[in-house]
Amino acid sequence: MSFVNLVLSVLVIGAVFFILGQRTATAHHSASTIKLHSRPHYHGLWVAITSTIPALLVLLVIGLGKDLLFQHWVSDFFPPQVAGGDAVDRAIALAKISNVVDGIIFGEVEPWVQSAGEAWIRWESDAIVVANILVLGASLTGGLLGYQRISLGFRARNNVERILTWMLIGSSTVAIFTTIGIVLSVLFESIRFFKLIPPQDFLFGLEWNPQFEGAERAGSGGGTATYGMVPMFVGTFLISFIALAVAVPVGLFSAIYLAEYATPRVRGIVKPLLEILAGVPTVVYGFFAALTVAPVVKSVGESVGLEVASESALAAGLVMGVMIIPFISSLSDDVINAVPQALRDAAFGLGSTKSEAVRQVVLPAALPGIVAAVILAVSRAVGETMIVVMAAGLAANLSVNPLDAVTTVTSQIVTILVGDQEFESAKTLSAFALALMLIVTTLALNYFALQIVKKYREQYE
Amino acid sequence: MSDQGSFRLSPERAAERVAYSISLRKRREKRFLFLGKFAVAVALGFLVLLFAGILSKGIPGLFQHYVTLDVQLDAERLDPSGQRTIESLADGDFDGVVRDALYEVLGGPTGRKAKRQARKLISSGSGQRLMQHVLDNPDQMGSTVALQFAVDDDVDTFLRGLISRDTPEADRRVSDQMISYIDLLQAEGRISYEISDYLFFGSASRDAEMAGIRGALVGSILTLLVCIVIAFPLGVATAVYLEEMAPKNRFTEIIEININNLAAVPSVVFGIMGLAIFIVIFGMPRSIPLVGGIVLALMTLPTIIISSRASIRAVPPSIRDAALGVGASKMQTITHHVLPLAMPGMLTGTIIGMAQALGETAPLLMIGMVAFIVDVPSGVTDPGTVLPVQIFMWADFAERMFIQKTSAAIIVLLAFLISMNAAAILLRKKLERRW
Repeated sequence: MSFVNLVLSVLVIGAVFFILGQRTATAHHSASTIKLHSRPHYHGLWVAITSTIPALLVLLVIGLGKDLLFQHWVSDFFPPQVAGGDAVDRAIALAKISNVVDGIIFGEVEPWVQSAGEAWIRWESDAIVVANILVLGASLTGGLLGYQRISLGFRARNNVERILTWMLIGSSTVAIFTTIGIVLSVLFESIRFFKLIPPQDFLFGLEWNPQFEGAERAGSGGGTATYGMVPMFVGTFLISFIALAVAVPVGLFSAIYLAEYATPRVRGIVKPLLEILAGVPTVVYGFFAALTVAPVVKSVGESVGLEVASESALAAGLVMGVMIIPFISSLSDDVINAVPQALRDAAFGLGSTKSEAVRQVVLPAALPGIVAAVILAVSRAVGETMIVVMAAGLAANLSVNPLDAVTTVTSQIVTILVGDQEFESAKTLSAFALALMLIVTTLALNYFALQIVKKYREQYE
Repeated sequence: MSDQGSFRLSPERAAERVAYSISLRKRREKRFLFLGKFAVAVALGFLVLLFAGILSKGIPGLFQHYVTLDVQLDAERLDPSGQRTIESLADGDFDGVVRDALYEVLGGPTGRKAKRQARKLISSGSGQRLMQHVLDNPDQMGSTVALQFAVDDDVDTFLRGLISRDTPEADRRVSDQMISYIDLLQAEGRISYEISDYLFFGSASRDAEMAGIRGALVGSILTLLVCIVIAFPLGVATAVYLEEMAPKNRFTEIIEININNLAAVPSVVFGIMGLAIFIVIFGMPRSIPLVGGIVLALMTLPTIIISSRASIRAVPPSIRDAALGVGASKMQTITHHVLPLAMPGMLTGTIIGMAQALGETAPLLMIGMVAFIVDVPSGVTDPGTVLPVQIFMWADFAERMFIQKTSAAIIVLLAFLISMNAAAILLRKKLERRW
């Protein structure tokens, strides 16, 4: 039986136990004058849980553990030069063996690979037999053990609820594990990167020119690889700055208009329309930037005699700004609406016009929230990927001229990690170091925004 | 005169100043209002521009040009062994049969050069198309049928008027000879402009005229299925725990901080995590919807948790008190009363999260869903791609027809997104209860 079938049969056994447990409890109930502690279906659930959960755990352990175990066993087949070699040799050997296992054979296969592959196939079929016995065994014994406990006084509901609570707690830890996963996966590779490239070269280097070691060895790459992240961060912030120069005025004034001036009807129409801008996938913005905006920017720039790169920072920044408008406008809208009406009334009472009330009373009161919204928007812009991958260049120019082609952190990460990777090379590892910097930057910005909100929020509460 | 005197205004002067300042202030008021309206107009203008740009390119992309040819379904040539199975048809000369039908219409071009020019008119997938037709209609073998074949992408671009006849022959991708053939076909009424069946039923292809989104669409659906199966229960369970059961302690605080952090992490980082953990450490294959769905589930989890918490919080405490008062346990209160009442809000949040996942590209690039895969995935462990990634890949291709196909794919994607969001809004309107 394959793994899917095994899961299905465990579920079927669980369902059978559920019915059995429920029936037995009902039978106990009608045979006696004393009331059951728990309703019959809790007894059913209890038996179903004791039969399925241990079985599924066993299955999970086998499923995750077997490949690791086989990889350990198969190293007995390695010839001495592989077994004594480095991690790359072993990875290649494993790939060769797994090709044999999958039946993909190119040309002549070395005898040890062939025998290792055959052994692997043998273990694989043994593993399925073992898994069948263990999982079905666990499911039946678990169910029977649970079933034995059914009696009039058995607190099935309490037990089921306790297990459910633990499942809820388990679910809520997924967020923690994801964060740990993100941090560790990026951190480990970054540490490996910093062993190859000194951190100060990476953090303060002004030149970015990654190359595969292979190319360097073969002498085909022009010059040595350099990994300085400054040009990319300059490019990232240049594009973010352009984006904010578009999004902040438009978003903020839209929010003021919608919050203070617009009739409910206009608000009801315009707000959802602005939300559409937020719902458009970034790949669509990227396509729009590369295909429509960039040529327009180039031709307009050239018509006034400026030299514009065809993948200018300006085009990517403009489109990213459009993407961020709804973000700024909806956050500022919330903040402006949160300013107490009494402040406005007081301003009107002193004879100020609406715009004076907004400019001199509402906006200063809402300023912390607006600043936080802008910072969140920066963090959004820094992490945005598809627009810059499609519309900004790849050339790591250290330039603050919006008409030049610049590159960004995210677009470099994508360029490096898409396609085949060589996990030992500094080039691949540099993407993880960049990702680490990206996470640090966005989280710092978010933390900063949160602190601003926290510090000033209590004023009106 | 004393200093005091200079501050004293005559009533007339004061009135004058006030009048002046009022008109100034009114002008400022108007200017401010204008700025607000202008900003809204700019934002909406961008929206119109974006959609006009996509629709103007994308709607033509939903169509393409076909040429109708009378094909002789000669059993000898198409199915030499006569079994009518895929294996036996594979030996048949479908390309040759289509080619002959084309030569006949064009009045029998002579010479290798003329024939080559003629062949360039139709899509290189025409033989495949004929084979599919024969497989579907085996009884037509031996007769002559009129079938539509896609024209080559350059010819299609020419027919759309995007390649001018006036450009010198060397500079355009359609030769003079081909243009004369096209004119001939048009004069005979054999060229038609119809809804592209390749777009919806074709799979990834390097030939623009044959490229379709079917594989990507199926991949997107499979990925979203995995995503919802993981994210919805986890999100709801987390929300229930945090809102209803969690004690106010360090552990709960850590969970909440982590959820907020995850909401702030750029999506591409989730892809990097997927690559490092699921592919490198767990050794799962690249490009499969299963890994894509897991990564997107982790990414949308914060959205679902936050909206589910909000809708659980919106259930009035009196309901819980009533349930507890008649003897329900905490868990019974939650499963029998709070969850059913909070469900519409949770579903709305989930749909919005799924819409976000459907449009996401960057994390899927990281886990290798950009591979060029022709087959339609038949399960979550088959390599595949998704709609936004397909759009990204097509946007890179140089052929002019791909621009239209990309825009058409974007229209399909946006149609899905808008209908999902509309469903969320409707659901909220219909099921939401105000307390």
